[in-house]
Amino acid sequence: MTTRYTKDHEYIRVEGDAGIVGISDFAQGQLGDVVFVELPSVGKTLNKGDEAAVVESVKAASEVYAPVSGEVVEVNSDLEATPGTVNEDPAGRGWFLKIRLTNPSELDGLLTEEQYQEFVKSIS
Amino acid sequence: MAETAHSDQPLLNTPLHAEHVALGARMVPFAGYNMPVQYPTGIMTEHNWTREHAGLFDVSHMGQAFLVADDKSHETAAKALEALVPADVLNLKPNQQRYSQLLDENGGILDDLMVTRVGAPGHEGWLYLVVNASMKEQDYAHIQARLPQGVSLNRKDDLALMALQGPSAAAVLGKLSPEAADIPFMMSADVQIDGIWCHVSRSGYTGEDGYEISCKAGDATKLWNTLLADPEVKPIGLGARDSLRLEAGLCLYGHDIDTTTSPIEAGLNWSIQKRRREEGGFPGAARIQREVKEGAARVRIGILPEGRAPAREGTVITTPDGREVGIVTSGGFGPTVNGPIAMGYVSKDVSAIGTDLHLVVRGKPLPAKVAAMPFVPHRYKR
Repeated sequence: MTTRYTKDHEYIRVEGDAGIVGISDFAQGQLGDVVFVELPSVGKTLNKGDEAAVVESVKAASEVYAPVSGEVVEVNSDLEATPGTVNEDPAGRGWFLKIRLTNPSELDGLLTEEQYQEFVKSIS
Repeated sequence: MAETAHSDQPLLNTPLHAEHVALGARMVPFAGYNMPVQYPTGIMTEHNWTREHAGLFDVSHMGQAFLVADDKSHETAAKALEALVPADVLNLKPNQQRYSQLLDENGGILDDLMVTRVGAPGHEGWLYLVVNASMKEQDYAHIQARLPQGVSLNRKDDLALMALQGPSAAAVLGKLSPEAADIPFMMSADVQIDGIWCHVSRSGYTGEDGYEISCKAGDATKLWNTLLADPEVKPIGLGARDSLRLEAGLCLYGHDIDTTTSPIEAGLNWSIQKRRREEGGFPGAARIQREVKEGAARVRIGILPEGRAPAREGTVITTPDGREVGIVTSGGFGPTVNGPIAMGYVSKDVSAIGTDLHLVVRGKPLPAKVAAMPFVPHRYKR
Protein backbone atom coordinates (compact mmCIF):
# COMPACT_ATOMS: atom_id res chain seq x y z
CA MET A 1 0.00 0.00 0.00
CA THR A 2 1.44 3.35 -1.08
CA THR A 3 0.04 6.83 -0.57
CA ARG A 4 0.96 9.63 -2.95
CA TYR A 5 -0.04 13.30 -3.00
CA THR A 6 -0.50 16.07 -5.55
CA LYS A 7 0.49 19.70 -5.04
CA ASP A 8 -3.27 20.38 -5.28
CA HIS A 9 -3.67 18.43 -2.01
CA GLU A 10 -5.34 15.28 -3.29
CA TYR A 11 -4.07 11.94 -2.02
CA ILE A 12 -4.27 8.54 -3.65
CA ARG A 13 -3.81 5.39 -1.60
CA VAL A 14 -2.97 2.57 -3.97
CA GLU A 15 -3.89 -1.03 -3.29
CA GLY A 16 -3.28 -3.39 -6.22
CA ASP A 17 -4.50 -1.85 -9.48
CA ALA A 18 -6.82 0.67 -7.82
CA GLY A 19 -6.45 3.71 -5.61
CA ILE A 20 -8.61 5.56 -3.10
CA VAL A 21 -8.69 9.33 -3.75
CA GLY A 22 -9.41 12.00 -1.17
CA ILE A 23 -8.12 15.35 0.05
CA SER A 24 -5.37 15.81 2.61
CA ASP A 25 -5.87 16.86 6.21
CA PHE A 26 -4.20 20.17 5.35
CA ALA A 27 -6.72 20.69 2.55
CA GLN A 28 -9.77 20.03 4.70
CA GLY A 29 -8.41 22.44 7.28
CA GLN A 30 -7.97 25.12 4.64
CA LEU A 31 -11.46 24.55 3.24
CA GLY A 32 -13.23 24.64 6.56
CA ASP A 33 -16.61 23.05 7.15
CA VAL A 34 -17.50 20.92 4.14
CA VAL A 35 -21.22 21.17 3.39
CA PHE A 36 -21.55 19.43 0.02
CA VAL A 37 -19.62 16.96 -2.12
CA GLU A 38 -20.38 16.21 -5.75
CA LEU A 39 -18.99 12.86 -6.90
CA PRO A 40 -18.51 11.50 -10.40
CA SER A 41 -20.56 8.58 -11.69
CA VAL A 42 -19.11 5.10 -11.43
CA GLY A 43 -17.64 4.07 -14.77
CA LYS A 44 -16.46 7.55 -15.68
CA THR A 45 -13.02 7.70 -17.27
CA LEU A 46 -10.73 10.42 -15.98
CA ASN A 47 -7.42 11.67 -17.25
CA LYS A 48 -4.80 12.82 -14.77
CA GLY A 49 -5.71 16.39 -13.83
CA ASP A 50 -9.38 16.15 -14.84
CA GLU A 51 -12.00 17.45 -12.46
CA ALA A 52 -13.04 14.37 -10.51
CA ALA A 53 -15.28 15.83 -7.81
CA VAL A 54 -16.38 19.11 -6.26
CA VAL A 55 -16.14 19.91 -2.58
CA GLU A 56 -18.02 22.88 -1.16
CA SER A 57 -17.44 24.65 2.12
CA VAL A 58 -19.71 27.33 3.57
CA LYS A 59 -17.68 29.88 1.68
CA ALA A 60 -16.72 28.40 -1.69
CA ALA A 61 -16.63 25.51 -4.13
CA SER A 62 -13.34 23.79 -4.97
CA GLU A 63 -12.51 21.17 -7.56
CA VAL A 64 -10.88 17.88 -6.71
CA TYR A 65 -8.65 16.73 -9.58
CA ALA A 66 -7.83 13.17 -10.56
CA PRO A 67 -4.25 12.53 -9.36
CA VAL A 68 -3.86 9.80 -11.99
CA SER A 69 -5.73 8.53 -15.06
CA GLY A 70 -8.22 5.74 -14.73
CA GLU A 71 -11.79 4.60 -14.39
CA VAL A 72 -13.98 5.46 -11.40
CA VAL A 73 -14.95 2.11 -9.88
CA GLU A 74 -16.55 3.26 -6.65
CA VAL A 75 -17.61 6.50 -4.96
CA ASN A 76 -18.18 7.31 -1.28
CA SER A 77 -21.90 8.05 -1.45
CA ASP A 78 -22.01 8.43 2.36
CA LEU A 79 -20.61 11.92 1.76
CA GLU A 80 -23.92 13.03 0.25
CA ALA A 81 -25.63 12.77 3.64
CA THR A 82 -22.61 13.49 5.85
CA PRO A 83 -20.18 15.75 3.95
CA GLY A 84 -18.62 16.78 7.29
CA THR A 85 -16.85 13.39 7.32
CA VAL A 86 -14.31 15.01 4.98
CA ASN A 87 -13.31 17.28 7.88
CA GLU A 88 -13.46 14.61 10.56
CA ASP A 89 -11.55 11.83 8.84
CA PRO A 90 -10.12 12.93 5.48
CA ALA A 91 -7.71 10.00 5.18
CA GLY A 92 -10.27 7.42 6.25
CA ARG A 93 -14.07 7.62 6.08
CA GLY A 94 -13.85 10.95 4.24
CA TRP A 95 -12.51 9.42 0.99
CA PHE A 96 -14.08 10.56 -2.31
CA LEU A 97 -13.65 7.90 -4.97
CA LYS A 98 -11.85 4.77 -6.02
CA ILE A 99 -10.10 4.77 -9.36
CA ARG A 100 -8.67 1.84 -11.38
CA LEU A 101 -5.34 3.09 -12.67
CA THR A 102 -4.72 2.90 -16.41
CA ASN A 103 -1.17 4.16 -16.16
CA PRO A 104 0.41 3.28 -12.80
CA SER A 105 3.68 4.94 -13.81
CA GLU A 106 1.90 8.30 -13.28
CA LEU A 107 2.33 7.63 -9.54
CA ASP A 108 6.05 8.24 -9.92
CA GLY A 109 5.36 11.90 -10.67
CA LEU A 110 3.43 12.40 -7.41
CA LEU A 111 4.75 13.37 -3.98
CA THR A 112 5.56 10.88 -1.25
CA GLU A 113 4.16 11.45 2.23
CA GLU A 114 7.45 13.02 3.28
CA GLN A 115 7.68 15.26 0.20
CA TYR A 116 4.09 16.36 0.63
CA GLN A 117 4.58 17.29 4.28
CA GLU A 118 7.66 19.33 3.25
CA PHE A 119 5.55 21.01 0.56
CA VAL A 120 2.79 21.87 3.05
CA LYS A 121 5.38 23.33 5.41
CA SER A 122 6.73 25.48 2.60
CA ILE A 123 3.35 27.03 1.79
CA SER A 124 1.84 27.38 5.27
CA MET B 1 -7.94 21.22 -5.40
CA ALA B 2 -8.09 24.73 -6.72
CA GLU B 3 -7.08 27.62 -4.52
CA THR B 4 -8.27 31.19 -4.87
CA ALA B 5 -5.61 33.54 -6.19
CA HIS B 6 -4.50 36.33 -3.88
CA SER B 7 -4.08 39.92 -4.95
CA ASP B 8 -0.61 41.46 -4.81
CA GLN B 9 -1.70 44.94 -3.77
CA PRO B 10 -0.31 46.28 -0.51
CA LEU B 11 -2.91 45.67 2.19
CA LEU B 12 -3.98 47.92 5.02
CA ASN B 13 -4.42 46.63 8.55
CA THR B 14 -7.22 47.58 10.92
CA PRO B 15 -6.30 48.76 14.45
CA LEU B 16 -7.20 45.23 15.64
CA HIS B 17 -4.81 43.39 13.32
CA ALA B 18 -2.53 42.14 16.10
CA GLU B 19 -5.56 40.82 18.03
CA HIS B 20 -6.74 38.79 15.04
CA VAL B 21 -3.29 37.30 14.54
CA ALA B 22 -2.99 36.49 18.26
CA LEU B 23 -6.40 34.79 18.13
CA GLY B 24 -5.16 32.57 15.29
CA ALA B 25 -7.37 34.10 12.60
CA ARG B 26 -6.88 33.22 8.96
CA MET B 27 -6.23 36.60 7.37
CA VAL B 28 -7.32 37.28 3.79
CA PRO B 29 -7.29 40.32 1.53
CA PHE B 30 -10.69 42.01 1.48
CA ALA B 31 -11.45 45.43 0.04
CA GLY B 32 -7.79 46.40 0.34
CA TYR B 33 -7.52 45.25 3.98
CA ASN B 34 -6.04 42.27 5.71
CA MET B 35 -9.16 40.84 7.34
CA PRO B 36 -9.97 37.78 9.45
CA VAL B 37 -12.10 35.43 7.35
CA GLN B 38 -12.33 33.00 10.25
CA TYR B 39 -10.81 32.10 13.60
CA PRO B 40 -9.64 28.57 14.42
CA THR B 41 -13.10 27.16 15.24
CA GLY B 42 -14.34 27.88 11.71
CA ILE B 43 -17.22 29.57 9.96
CA MET B 44 -19.95 27.12 10.95
CA THR B 45 -19.16 27.35 14.68
CA GLU B 46 -18.82 31.13 14.51
CA HIS B 47 -22.11 31.46 12.65
CA ASN B 48 -23.98 29.31 15.17
CA TRP B 49 -22.34 31.06 18.12
CA THR B 50 -23.60 34.41 16.86
CA ARG B 51 -27.14 33.07 16.49
CA GLU B 52 -27.07 31.55 19.98
CA HIS B 53 -24.82 33.87 22.03
CA ALA B 54 -22.92 36.96 20.86
CA GLY B 55 -20.33 37.45 18.14
CA LEU B 56 -17.79 40.28 17.95
CA PHE B 57 -16.82 41.47 14.47
CA ASP B 58 -14.04 43.88 13.47
CA VAL B 59 -15.54 46.06 10.75
CA SER B 60 -12.99 48.85 11.05
CA HIS B 61 -12.32 48.56 7.32
CA MET B 62 -15.62 50.30 6.67
CA GLY B 63 -15.59 54.01 5.90
CA GLN B 64 -16.68 56.36 8.66
CA ALA B 65 -17.16 60.04 7.89
CA PHE B 66 -19.07 63.11 8.97
CA LEU B 67 -21.03 65.48 6.80
CA VAL B 68 -20.88 68.83 8.56
CA ALA B 69 -22.87 71.99 7.92
CA ASP B 70 -20.97 75.17 8.78
CA ASP B 71 -24.20 76.89 9.90
CA LYS B 72 -24.78 74.10 12.46
CA SER B 73 -28.17 73.41 10.92
CA HIS B 74 -29.43 69.87 10.51
CA GLU B 75 -31.55 71.07 7.62
CA THR B 76 -28.50 72.28 5.70
CA ALA B 77 -26.65 68.97 6.13
CA ALA B 78 -29.75 66.87 5.48
CA LYS B 79 -30.63 68.70 2.27
CA ALA B 80 -27.08 68.28 0.98
CA LEU B 81 -27.25 64.52 1.54
CA GLU B 82 -30.82 64.18 0.27
CA ALA B 83 -29.56 65.36 -3.12
CA LEU B 84 -27.54 62.10 -3.27
CA VAL B 85 -29.70 59.50 -1.46
CA PRO B 86 -33.42 58.63 -1.54
CA ALA B 87 -33.92 58.35 2.24
CA ASP B 88 -35.66 60.96 4.34
CA VAL B 89 -32.67 62.48 6.15
CA LEU B 90 -34.43 65.72 7.05
CA ASN B 91 -36.86 64.07 9.45
CA LEU B 92 -34.25 62.01 11.29
CA LYS B 93 -34.48 62.63 15.02
CA PRO B 94 -31.21 63.31 16.87
CA ASN B 95 -29.35 59.95 17.21
CA GLN B 96 -31.64 58.23 14.72
CA GLN B 97 -30.06 56.12 12.00
CA ARG B 98 -31.32 55.12 8.56
CA TYR B 99 -30.16 52.76 5.84
CA SER B 100 -29.88 54.32 2.40
CA GLN B 101 -28.11 54.22 -0.95
CA LEU B 102 -25.95 56.63 -2.92
CA LEU B 103 -27.59 56.69 -6.35
CA ASP B 104 -26.33 57.56 -9.81
CA GLU B 105 -28.31 59.55 -12.35
CA ASN B 106 -30.04 56.38 -13.58
CA GLY B 107 -31.11 55.36 -10.09
CA GLY B 108 -28.40 52.68 -10.00
CA ILE B 109 -26.79 52.04 -6.62
CA LEU B 110 -23.26 53.47 -6.20
CA ASP B 111 -23.07 52.14 -2.64
CA ASP B 112 -25.28 51.49 0.34
CA LEU B 113 -24.67 53.27 3.62
CA MET B 114 -25.89 54.09 7.11
CA VAL B 115 -26.78 57.69 7.92
CA THR B 116 -27.14 58.95 11.49
CA ARG B 117 -28.10 62.40 12.71
CA VAL B 118 -25.49 63.05 15.37
CA GLY B 119 -27.14 63.77 18.72
CA ALA B 120 -24.17 64.77 20.85
CA PRO B 121 -24.43 68.39 22.07
CA GLY B 122 -22.27 70.78 20.09
CA HIS B 123 -22.57 68.67 16.94
CA GLU B 124 -25.69 70.19 15.47
CA GLY B 125 -25.61 69.94 11.69
CA TRP B 126 -23.51 66.76 11.74
CA LEU B 127 -24.43 63.55 9.92
CA TYR B 128 -22.46 60.38 10.57
CA LEU B 129 -21.99 58.13 7.53
CA VAL B 130 -20.78 54.53 7.36
CA VAL B 131 -19.99 53.28 3.85
CA ASN B 132 -18.56 50.07 2.41
CA ALA B 133 -14.79 49.57 2.64
CA SER B 134 -14.50 48.64 -1.03
CA MET B 135 -16.32 51.81 -2.11
CA LYS B 136 -15.14 54.44 0.34
CA GLU B 137 -12.69 56.28 -1.90
CA GLN B 138 -15.24 56.51 -4.73
CA ASP B 139 -18.01 57.43 -2.30
CA TYR B 140 -16.05 60.22 -0.68
CA ALA B 141 -15.03 61.63 -4.06
CA HIS B 142 -18.63 61.39 -5.29
CA ILE B 143 -20.04 63.14 -2.21
CA GLN B 144 -17.29 65.77 -2.05
CA ALA B 145 -17.84 66.75 -5.67
CA ARG B 146 -21.54 67.33 -5.08
CA LEU B 147 -21.65 69.18 -1.78
CA PRO B 148 -22.93 72.75 -1.76
CA GLN B 149 -20.95 75.62 -0.22
CA GLY B 150 -21.02 75.48 3.55
CA VAL B 151 -21.17 71.68 3.86
CA SER B 152 -18.04 69.58 4.12
CA LEU B 153 -17.16 65.90 4.32
CA ASN B 154 -14.71 64.88 7.04
CA ARG B 155 -13.46 61.35 6.67
CA LYS B 156 -12.51 59.76 9.97
CA ASP B 157 -9.82 57.22 9.19
CA ASP B 158 -8.76 57.30 12.86
CA LEU B 159 -11.90 55.50 14.05
CA ALA B 160 -12.36 51.78 14.58
CA LEU B 161 -15.72 50.02 14.22
CA MET B 162 -16.84 46.74 15.73
CA ALA B 163 -20.15 44.93 15.79
CA LEU B 164 -21.52 42.95 18.72
CA GLN B 165 -24.32 40.74 17.43
CA GLY B 166 -26.53 38.03 18.82
CA PRO B 167 -29.17 37.30 21.46
CA SER B 168 -26.69 37.87 24.32
CA ALA B 169 -25.43 41.19 22.95
CA ALA B 170 -27.75 43.33 25.07
CA ALA B 171 -26.88 41.51 28.30
CA VAL B 172 -23.16 41.72 27.53
CA LEU B 173 -23.24 45.42 26.75
CA GLY B 174 -25.61 46.07 29.64
CA LYS B 175 -22.94 45.00 32.11
CA LEU B 176 -20.57 47.62 30.67
CA SER B 177 -23.02 50.40 29.85
CA PRO B 178 -26.71 50.07 30.77
CA GLU B 179 -27.34 53.27 28.82
CA ALA B 180 -25.93 51.80 25.60
CA ALA B 181 -27.74 48.51 26.02
CA ASP B 182 -31.14 50.25 26.17
CA ILE B 183 -30.82 52.08 22.84
CA PRO B 184 -33.81 51.22 20.60
CA PHE B 185 -33.29 49.66 17.16
CA MET B 186 -31.79 52.06 14.61
CA MET B 187 -31.01 54.64 17.29
CA SER B 188 -27.60 55.55 18.71
CA ALA B 189 -25.89 57.15 21.68
CA ASP B 190 -22.48 58.41 22.73
CA VAL B 191 -21.43 56.58 25.88
CA GLN B 192 -18.41 55.60 27.93
CA ILE B 193 -17.55 51.91 28.00
CA ASP B 194 -14.78 51.02 30.43
CA GLY B 195 -13.64 54.64 30.24
CA ILE B 196 -13.59 54.68 26.43
CA TRP B 197 -15.64 57.12 24.35
CA CYS B 198 -17.92 55.10 22.06
CA HIS B 199 -20.62 55.88 19.56
CA VAL B 200 -23.04 52.95 19.80
CA SER B 201 -25.93 52.19 17.49
CA ARG B 202 -28.46 49.37 17.76
CA SER B 203 -28.00 47.86 14.33
CA GLY B 204 -26.02 45.27 12.47
CA TYR B 205 -25.70 42.94 9.53
CA THR B 206 -26.68 39.54 10.91
CA GLY B 207 -30.45 39.73 11.46
CA GLU B 208 -29.81 39.42 15.19
CA ASP B 209 -30.24 42.02 17.89
CA GLY B 210 -26.98 43.84 18.42
CA TYR B 211 -24.84 46.94 18.22
CA GLU B 212 -22.24 48.63 16.10
CA ILE B 213 -19.67 50.44 18.19
CA SER B 214 -17.32 53.11 16.93
CA CYS B 215 -14.33 54.25 18.97
CA LYS B 216 -10.97 55.90 18.46
CA ALA B 217 -8.47 53.60 16.76
CA GLY B 218 -6.14 53.86 19.77
CA ASP B 219 -8.87 52.56 22.08
CA ALA B 220 -9.96 49.70 19.83
CA THR B 221 -7.77 46.97 21.32
CA LYS B 222 -8.89 47.74 24.86
CA LEU B 223 -12.57 47.81 23.89
CA TRP B 224 -12.25 44.63 21.80
CA ASN B 225 -10.66 42.76 24.69
CA THR B 226 -13.14 44.15 27.22
CA LEU B 227 -16.00 42.78 25.11
CA LEU B 228 -14.20 39.49 24.40
CA ALA B 229 -13.60 38.95 28.13
CA ASP B 230 -17.28 38.08 28.50
CA PRO B 231 -17.66 34.30 28.10
CA GLU B 232 -20.76 34.91 25.94
CA VAL B 233 -18.66 36.70 23.31
CA LYS B 234 -16.46 35.11 20.65
CA PRO B 235 -14.67 36.74 17.70
CA ILE B 236 -16.35 36.20 14.33
CA GLY B 237 -14.75 36.55 10.90
CA LEU B 238 -15.94 37.72 7.52
CA GLY B 239 -16.93 34.20 6.47
CA ALA B 240 -19.67 33.94 9.08
CA ARG B 241 -20.56 37.59 8.58
CA ASP B 242 -21.45 36.66 5.01
CA SER B 243 -23.48 33.53 5.87
CA LEU B 244 -25.31 35.43 8.63
CA ARG B 245 -26.28 38.35 6.39
CA LEU B 246 -27.31 36.00 3.58
CA GLU B 247 -29.66 34.12 5.92
CA ALA B 248 -30.97 37.53 7.05
CA GLY B 249 -31.69 38.41 3.39
CA LEU B 250 -29.43 41.48 3.52
CA CYS B 251 -27.73 42.79 0.39
CA LEU B 252 -23.96 42.79 -0.10
CA TYR B 253 -22.75 45.69 -2.21
CA GLY B 254 -20.98 44.67 -5.42
CA HIS B 255 -22.90 41.41 -5.43
CA ASP B 256 -26.63 41.85 -4.75
CA ILE B 257 -26.69 45.56 -5.52
CA ASP B 258 -24.57 47.74 -7.80
CA THR B 259 -24.98 50.40 -10.46
CA THR B 260 -27.01 47.98 -12.61
CA THR B 261 -29.69 47.59 -9.91
CA SER B 262 -32.14 50.12 -8.55
CA PRO B 263 -33.32 50.13 -4.92
CA ILE B 264 -36.77 49.07 -6.12
CA GLU B 265 -35.47 46.10 -8.09
CA ALA B 266 -33.50 45.19 -4.96
CA GLY B 267 -36.65 45.29 -2.82
CA LEU B 268 -35.36 48.20 -0.77
CA ASN B 269 -38.59 50.23 -1.15
CA TRP B 270 -38.88 50.34 2.66
CA SER B 271 -35.71 52.45 2.79
CA ILE B 272 -37.30 55.23 0.70
CA GLN B 273 -39.68 57.12 2.97
CA LYS B 274 -43.01 58.45 1.71
CA ARG B 275 -41.96 62.10 1.48
CA ARG B 276 -39.02 61.27 -0.77
CA ARG B 277 -41.07 58.95 -2.99
CA GLU B 278 -43.56 61.73 -3.54
CA GLU B 279 -41.18 64.67 -3.82
CA GLY B 280 -38.26 63.00 -5.60
CA GLY B 281 -35.24 65.28 -5.72
CA PHE B 282 -32.64 62.50 -5.66
CA PRO B 283 -30.62 61.03 -8.55
CA GLY B 284 -32.69 58.72 -10.75
CA ALA B 285 -35.92 59.82 -9.06
CA ALA B 286 -38.00 59.55 -12.24
CA ARG B 287 -37.09 55.90 -12.72
CA ILE B 288 -37.52 55.05 -9.07
CA GLN B 289 -40.90 56.78 -8.82
CA ARG B 290 -42.03 54.87 -11.91
CA GLU B 291 -40.81 51.56 -10.48
CA VAL B 292 -42.55 52.27 -7.17
CA LYS B 293 -45.79 52.81 -9.06
CA GLU B 294 -45.58 50.12 -11.73
CA GLY B 295 -43.18 47.64 -10.17
CA ALA B 296 -39.75 46.81 -11.58
CA ALA B 297 -39.33 44.44 -14.53
CA ARG B 298 -36.95 42.28 -12.51
CA VAL B 299 -36.72 41.86 -8.78
CA ARG B 300 -34.48 40.42 -6.10
CA ILE B 301 -35.78 37.16 -4.67
CA GLY B 302 -34.79 34.54 -2.14
CA ILE B 303 -34.12 31.06 -3.52
CA LEU B 304 -34.17 27.71 -1.78
CA PRO B 305 -32.46 24.95 -3.78
CA GLU B 306 -34.31 21.67 -3.27
CA GLY B 307 -31.18 19.51 -3.06
CA ARG B 308 -28.03 19.99 -1.00
CA ALA B 309 -25.85 21.63 -3.67
CA PRO B 310 -25.16 25.32 -3.05
CA ALA B 311 -25.69 27.64 -6.03
CA ARG B 312 -23.03 30.32 -5.99
CA GLU B 313 -22.96 33.88 -7.32
CA GLY B 314 -23.27 33.89 -11.11
CA THR B 315 -25.44 30.76 -11.33
CA VAL B 316 -27.96 31.09 -14.16
CA ILE B 317 -31.64 30.82 -13.16
CA THR B 318 -34.12 29.30 -15.62
CA THR B 319 -37.75 28.23 -15.61
CA PRO B 320 -38.30 24.46 -15.38
CA ASP B 321 -38.63 24.45 -19.21
CA GLY B 322 -35.23 26.07 -19.61
CA ARG B 323 -36.06 29.73 -20.28
CA GLU B 324 -33.32 31.92 -18.79
CA VAL B 325 -34.94 34.32 -16.30
CA GLY B 326 -32.19 35.57 -14.04
CA ILE B 327 -28.98 35.13 -12.10
CA VAL B 328 -27.87 34.31 -8.56
CA THR B 329 -26.07 37.24 -6.90
CA SER B 330 -25.26 35.59 -3.54
CA GLY B 331 -25.46 31.93 -2.73
CA GLY B 332 -24.02 29.45 -0.34
CA PHE B 333 -24.82 27.33 2.65
CA GLY B 334 -26.93 28.62 5.51
CA PRO B 335 -25.78 26.97 8.75
CA THR B 336 -28.97 27.93 10.63
CA VAL B 337 -31.18 26.91 7.71
CA ASN B 338 -28.99 23.80 7.50
CA GLY B 339 -29.08 23.84 3.74
CA PRO B 340 -28.21 25.84 0.66
CA ILE B 341 -29.73 29.31 0.23
CA ALA B 342 -29.35 31.99 -2.41
CA MET B 343 -30.62 35.31 -3.60
CA GLY B 344 -30.73 36.72 -7.07
CA TYR B 345 -32.67 38.65 -9.65
CA VAL B 346 -35.44 37.23 -11.86
CA SER B 347 -38.10 38.61 -14.18
CA LYS B 348 -41.13 39.78 -12.26
CA ASP B 349 -43.39 37.07 -13.79
CA VAL B 350 -41.46 34.29 -12.03
CA SER B 351 -40.83 36.08 -8.73
CA ALA B 352 -43.84 34.93 -6.68
CA ILE B 353 -42.99 32.94 -3.57
CA GLY B 354 -43.22 29.21 -4.31
CA THR B 355 -42.49 29.54 -8.05
CA ASP B 356 -40.50 26.57 -9.38
CA LEU B 357 -37.16 27.49 -10.92
CA HIS B 358 -34.00 25.74 -12.02
CA LEU B 359 -30.46 26.69 -11.02
CA VAL B 360 -27.83 25.69 -13.56
CA VAL B 361 -24.98 24.41 -11.37
CA ARG B 362 -21.95 23.04 -13.24
CA GLY B 363 -24.11 22.56 -16.33
CA LYS B 364 -26.87 20.69 -14.54
CA PRO B 365 -30.33 22.18 -13.89
CA LEU B 366 -31.18 21.74 -10.20
CA PRO B 367 -34.74 22.35 -8.92
CA ALA B 368 -35.31 25.29 -6.58
CA LYS B 369 -38.15 27.48 -5.37
CA VAL B 370 -38.62 31.19 -4.86
CA ALA B 371 -38.59 31.68 -1.09
CA ALA B 372 -39.53 34.45 1.32
CA MET B 373 -36.66 36.36 2.90
CA PRO B 374 -35.26 36.54 5.47
CA PHE B 375 -34.43 32.82 5.52
CA VAL B 376 -33.98 33.14 9.30
CA PRO B 377 -36.38 35.54 11.10
CA HIS B 378 -34.91 38.87 12.18
CA ARG B 379 -34.69 39.34 15.93
CA TYR B 380 -34.28 43.12 16.11
CA LYS B 381 -35.38 44.89 19.31
CA ARG B 382 -37.76 47.48 17.91
